[in-house]
Amino acid sequence: MSGGTSRERILGRVRRALADVPREERPEDHPVVRDYLRVHGERSPAETLDLLAGNLADYRALVHRVDAAGLPALLARLLAERGAHRVLAPAGLPRGWLRDARVDVLSDTPALTARELDVVDSVVTGCALAIAETGTLVLDAGPGQGRRALTLVPDHHLCVVRTADQVVDSVPQALERLAPVAARPLTWVSGPSATSDIELDRVEGVHGPRTLEVLLVAGDPRPV
Amino acid sequence: MRVGLFVTCVNDSLYPRTGRAVVTLLERLGVQVDFPMAQSCCGQPMFNTGYRHQTEPLVRRYAAAFRDHDYVVTPSGSCAAMVRDNYPRIGARAEAEGRGTELSEAATSAVPKTYELTEFLVDVLGVTDVGAYFPHTVTYHPTCHGLRALGLGERPRRLLERVEGLELRELDGAEECCGFGGTFAVKNPAVSAAMGSDKTRAIARTGAEAVCTVDNSCLMHIGGVLAREGSPVRPVHIAEILAGTKESAR
Amino acid sequence: MSRDGSDVPRGGGATYLGMPAFPRAADFPRAADTATRDGRLRANLRHATHTIRAKRARAVAELDDWARLREAGAAIKDRTLRHLDHHLVRLEEAVTRAGGTVHWAADAAEANRIVTDLVRATGEREVVKVKSMATQEIGLNEALAESGIRAYETDLAELIVQLGDDLPSHILVPAIHRDRGEIRDIFRDRMASWGRPAPEGLTDRPAELAEAARQHLREKFLRAKVGVSGANFMVAETGTLVVVESEGNGRMCLTLPETLISVVGIEKTVPTWRDLEVFLQLLPRSSTAERMNPYTSMWTGTTDGDGPRVFHLVLLDNGRTDTLADQVGRQALRCIRCSACLNVCPVYERAGGHAYGSPYPGPIGAILTPQLRGLASPLEESLPYASSLCGACFEVCPVAIDIPEVLVHLRERVAEGGEVTVRGTRTVIRPAKRHATERAAMRAARWAFDHPDALRRGQRILSRTRRLQPRRLPGPGRAWTDSRELPAVPAESFRDWWARTRGGTS
Repeated sequence: MSGGTSRERILGRVRRALADVPREERPEDHPVVRDYLRVHGERSPAETLDLLAGNLADYRALVHRVDAAGLPALLARLLAERGAHRVLAPAGLPRGWLRDARVDVLSDTPALTARELDVVDSVVTGCALAIAETGTLVLDAGPGQGRRALTLVPDHHLCVVRTADQVVDSVPQALERLAPVAARPLTWVSGPSATSDIELDRVEGVHGPRTLEVLLVAGDPRPV
Repeated sequence: MRVGLFVTCVNDSLYPRTGRAVVTLLERLGVQVDFPMAQSCCGQPMFNTGYRHQTEPLVRRYAAAFRDHDYVVTPSGSCAAMVRDNYPRIGARAEAEGRGTELSEAATSAVPKTYELTEFLVDVLGVTDVGAYFPHTVTYHPTCHGLRALGLGERPRRLLERVEGLELRELDGAEECCGFGGTFAVKNPAVSAAMGSDKTRAIARTGAEAVCTVDNSCLMHIGGVLAREGSPVRPVHIAEILAGTKESAR
Repeated sequence: MSRDGSDVPRGGGATYLGMPAFPRAADFPRAADTATRDGRLRANLRHATHTIRAKRARAVAELDDWARLREAGAAIKDRTLRHLDHHLVRLEEAVTRAGGTVHWAADAAEANRIVTDLVRATGEREVVKVKSMATQEIGLNEALAESGIRAYETDLAELIVQLGDDLPSHILVPAIHRDRGEIRDIFRDRMASWGRPAPEGLTDRPAELAEAARQHLREKFLRAKVGVSGANFMVAETGTLVVVESEGNGRMCLTLPETLISVVGIEKTVPTWRDLEVFLQLLPRSSTAERMNPYTSMWTGTTDGDGPRVFHLVLLDNGRTDTLADQVGRQALRCIRCSACLNVCPVYERAGGHAYGSPYPGPIGAILTPQLRGLASPLEESLPYASSLCGACFEVCPVAIDIPEVLVHLRERVAEGGEVTVRGTRTVIRPAKRHATERAAMRAARWAFDHPDALRRGQRILSRTRRLQPRRLPGPGRAWTDSRELPAVPAESFRDWWARTRGGTS
């Protein structure tokens, strides 16, 4: 590759810079004490769900709770209230979820261009997991989530979270669960797009979806 | 218990009344104080300006001057922090430079027995009511080295709260540096002065008659700004407040 | 607008593309002197830093184990740095395996050359950029401009800086020195010459300003073929890069272009996937004072059908290995660029970011710039002194960099000289020339302090002449008496009082 000599030069400089590190020390020898908490506080599953909802709302996501059977009706209502016509459903999204919605359901097969995505009104996805302590959704490009651009360019994102098996408490738990899919592109979403760039004061809404609606679904919505 | 007073070079030359107050206070509490004449400066001005090697004789001098003492008490948060944080570093660096363990040993002997005055009162003597009388409104500025390097915490306030007649006024942004910083005050005079005047504005807002700290070097700066501004607020070292009694007030 | 369709802004300072290179301020005190007189700047900085300071304290207080996370963060960084060669090679293997191409750049010029060549090879003449400290450090935008390639900054604050022909003054919020009114004026006056103009009747409401930025940049995102980024973390084990952001401009640049080029300092490496569990807790709370920032992107090489088809990683040294060679100073390489130290620094608050003469302002800049660049000029020599050593920076640092310790250590290099590493070569530098008088004074002071009898004679002379002493000092002493009264010299030193009343012991 280009810079072959620079590679050797930099690695050589690193080794000379570290002359004080004992030769026999192995990379994992320097101690890292991991006595920090895996979970902050003790909560029942219901309390964890409340925490997730609270933290999502705190950063201006709109949170809805529903059971599996009520999901299609809720989606239909939210899309109608938004006035959405062109709604994107990534591959693998259960077909039944949008059965009640009176909208044009678009698919990403073949892949839409960025400009085509720009005229999509809303995108509906699932997620890989949600983190209660931080109010975070993680998308891993798995079924029903699609590639990263799908949840980025449209201005309205509806994200379905299965409360039974997709909610974790903490960042450490989330990373542990994501380890097997670490090679996939991951997007962590905590509320709608925001900025603190004007006087270090947070305002919502810049380039990503300015409206994020999270649907916390009890039961298993997959067969719906 | 053999207690040595490390008065510090600033107090020795410019604020001897603070040193006298420490002696008065400790003697009133039944502690016999000793002042070894061989002491001088902890070396902080040189060390913090980048002259570590100029500091080394002063590390030796400090350790030697207080060799036979069980405790060294100093009315200065920053000098106590210099001994505690930097003497071991100076020793370690000298060792790393292949110059033996002498400075490390000096540091090892000096560090555990060095106490800032309020630490000594609260932690060693176990007192917070020192029988003081100071009939004035006072605001307390926790100096950076006292606050962050030594972790004095609530000790000075607990002592002040027990002073008869003293009314403590809260200082906005108390934990912010006053802008002294040793040679910083003359190397970066504009920023230092800006920090100083922000601090004196906060002090003025308290309406207190006096501002008190555990360090006369910071007070020299704060007091210098106050005087230039024509402020009536009086800078007072905490030792002078704690040394005061009804008798001495008369 | 010229006929070839380029819309290079004209007039007013730098007319070239991108961020103007940092002009070398004479030194910190002089630049700060000017800044402290700027009332609007001081008000803007005070407002912004005090706002975020309080929020950060609340965000950190939510976690009972903050101190332990901080220790773990420092330990992971130290563990990485102690075997950085090993981790870099692992990282290279993992990125390559995942379809990326790794380049190594020993200095800024080499990094700029690599990126310029990569962009040229795509045939494109413009790139969209995610906010990145590394590309600011190397002056990438200027280098690209010289080759006729235009770099669009897409972070809101970077956009404000770029449109305003300005310089960044904060790590997280490069336009922190601008208030909403100034931002409105910049958008109104300058957006049109860079693309879509600001909407008619734009007010200074932050939400409206953000909307204007959205509209202005949308077109650039949708047509972009090349994205340029940095990264917050690189996981050696998996080859995963992580970018932490708020606005979504990062996601746009990382996702929509066909080619992605990431320029990342070698110290951004962490050994394992699991290590992210520490930093993804430390960084958002320290930086924007949020439990989690709105968007975090993680990618590993390239993925079919999702995002860029071509990924280049440029690993940047540019003084980092020289910093690594200093056993005290190397802790600066733990830095995760959160900017918490800037937000609590009383000196930064008054002097502003530009006085530091580099993209890295504030306490971390005061220890990073002189190490990355070396003590190359009076500016770098003055930076270690740009601190009252109050320790507020160390207290908030999420990776426990003892900034005051490093400041004092670098002061020693300036004042006494000593061993440093410059571009990989160990060398002994001489004491700084400007410090000759001070050095003599410090020696004299040390001599006096080491001879208490002489000191005592001096004190007595001072006491006897105290009524004759001027209230304002000439020469260097003016730096004190310009803004402060001198303390009154007492009639008798403590030492003399003790000797007189107690007879002297020991």
